[in-house]
Amino acid sequence: MANGSGSGKYEKLAIEAPSFQKRTKRRILLDKVAGKLFSLSIFFALAVLCILLYQIVSKSIGWLDFKFLTGNLSMDPYKAGIRGVIIGSVLLMVVVIPVTLLLGVSTAIYLEEYAGKSRLRSIINTNISNLASVPSVIFGLLGLTVFGRLFNLGSSILAGGLTLSLLVLPIVVVASQEAIRAVPGFLRDASYAIGATKWTTVKKVVLPASLPGILTGSILAMSRAIGETAPLVVLGIPTLILRIPNGLLDDFTALPIQIYYWTLDTVLTAEYANLAAATIVVLLVLLFLMNSAAIIIRNKFQKRY
Amino acid sequence: MTSKANDERKSDIVYDVDNLNLWYGNDQALRDVTLDIKRNEVTAIIGPSGCGKSTFIKTLNRMVELIPIVRTSGEIYYHGNNIFEKTTRVEDLRTKVGMVFQKPNPFPKSVFENVVYGPRIHGIKSRKVLEEIAEISLKRAALWDEVKDRLHDNAYGLSGGQQQRLCIARVLAVEPEVVLMDEPTSALDPISTLKIEDLIHELKQTYTIIIVTHNMQQAGRISEKTAFFLNGEVIEYDRTEMIFSTPKDKRTEDYITGRFG
Ligand SMILES: Nc1ncnc2c1ncn2[C@@H]1O[C@H](COP(=O)(O)OP(=O)(O)O)[C@@H](O)[C@H]1O
Ligand SMILES: [Mg+2]
Repeated sequence: MANGSGSGKYEKLAIEAPSFQKRTKRRILLDKVAGKLFSLSIFFALAVLCILLYQIVSKSIGWLDFKFLTGNLSMDPYKAGIRGVIIGSVLLMVVVIPVTLLLGVSTAIYLEEYAGKSRLRSIINTNISNLASVPSVIFGLLGLTVFGRLFNLGSSILAGGLTLSLLVLPIVVVASQEAIRAVPGFLRDASYAIGATKWTTVKKVVLPASLPGILTGSILAMSRAIGETAPLVVLGIPTLILRIPNGLLDDFTALPIQIYYWTLDTVLTAEYANLAAATIVVLLVLLFLMNSAAIIIRNKFQKRY
Repeated sequence: MTSKANDERKSDIVYDVDNLNLWYGNDQALRDVTLDIKRNEVTAIIGPSGCGKSTFIKTLNRMVELIPIVRTSGEIYYHGNNIFEKTTRVEDLRTKVGMVFQKPNPFPKSVFENVVYGPRIHGIKSRKVLEEIAEISLKRAALWDEVKDRLHDNAYGLSGGQQQRLCIARVLAVEPEVVLMDEPTSALDPISTLKIEDLIHELKQTYTIIIVTHNMQQAGRISEKTAFFLNGEVIEYDRTEMIFSTPKDKRTEDYITGRFG
């Protein structure tokens, strides 16, 4: 109706002014309802999260203690501890962190600083983004085929770590690329203009300026790796490892996978549910700490240019 | 003329630009630019926005090649050596020919680290030597007195004018022979501008300076020679007082009297 086009526009406006007001009132009302609806959906998500947390935490109470954190695995739920499991996860990170940082950051540097605007670069870029959305089971199969069988690493820490590295590599590459791209061109110019080579400029200007972004992205990627279960299941990590791993070629078990196995076995032993809950709490605390570190780094080094 | 006199005249010429053409993709930005630049003189490049002033001085240290679509033809001789020759290393050229940009661009590091960036990348490690270089360079850039107590503070805490002089100090620290300046005062207040102009007066004893400015009074105050660019061409290149008093070309006259640009 108030679609006044052409000559009679102004007259129409004057006449229909009250109805405009009415419509404005309706829009404001709609706006309020929409706002309420959105906050309701957040409330819903939060409520579900709280219920979950409550269940897990309440199940872990009485189980999560110092003895649990430092004891060895056992069939007997009252004796079982997750020292070996924690060590397994830590050793996984010992593989994942250097591998992904080295490969991921160099790939990002190459793509952003050296590759130019070639077609090859845009093809690689697209594929890296695609890789980031490949389901983790697929990476597990890849790890099983290449690292487990071809390289004969079996279900060792090295095999698991390399598999997880592949899984989170695209995340690290993309985050590093974005951080490098955010370094303003005038800083590079300043370096080139006093005779610096490209590598010097990358090392002394680009990397220091993009380091906070790279770190933030990498920590988030690590927290993804530390919580991944599917690729490790595919690799065939044994159900029960009573020995503590002490080398990268040893078999191992890690936090998420132990949670998975204990949860599966609750049909046999009901108390395993409590063990799983206690391990979940440990994993959640770890993830929370890592994500907080990422946020702190991001806030501390916010844009300075 | 004896060959000795000839040699002397030759060494007086820092840059000999010969029929330089430059394209960004298919758009030509420089057309047949031909001019000589003499040692220890200040050469001003003037002209309306978009006429190729920045492009021209960025060609003198080959910074323009960082833009992938750039193509050039013609020659630029720096002390008789063609800078486009394969044997010329851009890193050497840019050490000899420093550049100061329109917007001050210090690194997000301390004042000290900014100044010694160049010496450090050229391999100087001794703390004592670096400190000496920093002091000398900051003094030459007329900044020492203002920053000597805050050498280790972040350079981003300095004022715009101080940042620009810091950028000049950073260039001087690698002992260049030529300093290219692309509208170094256009982002600064009048007092900072005057300070930089005074500094340029001092610097020309030691360095050859090529400065882009779109402030004609500035060109008049600081330069010996002025080149007037229009649409990528050098319309007129002469002693500054000639350009401003008796321009030979109608277009130069129109520009300096403010009829366009
Ligand atoms: N990076 C670039 N890519 C494409 N064209 C450019 C680029 N930089 C400058 N130009 C073009 O070259 C011409 C000269 O620009 P410039 O040298 O910046 O002029 P000035 O410094 O005199 O204002 C302009 O027409 C401009 O559009
Ligand atoms: Mg310009």
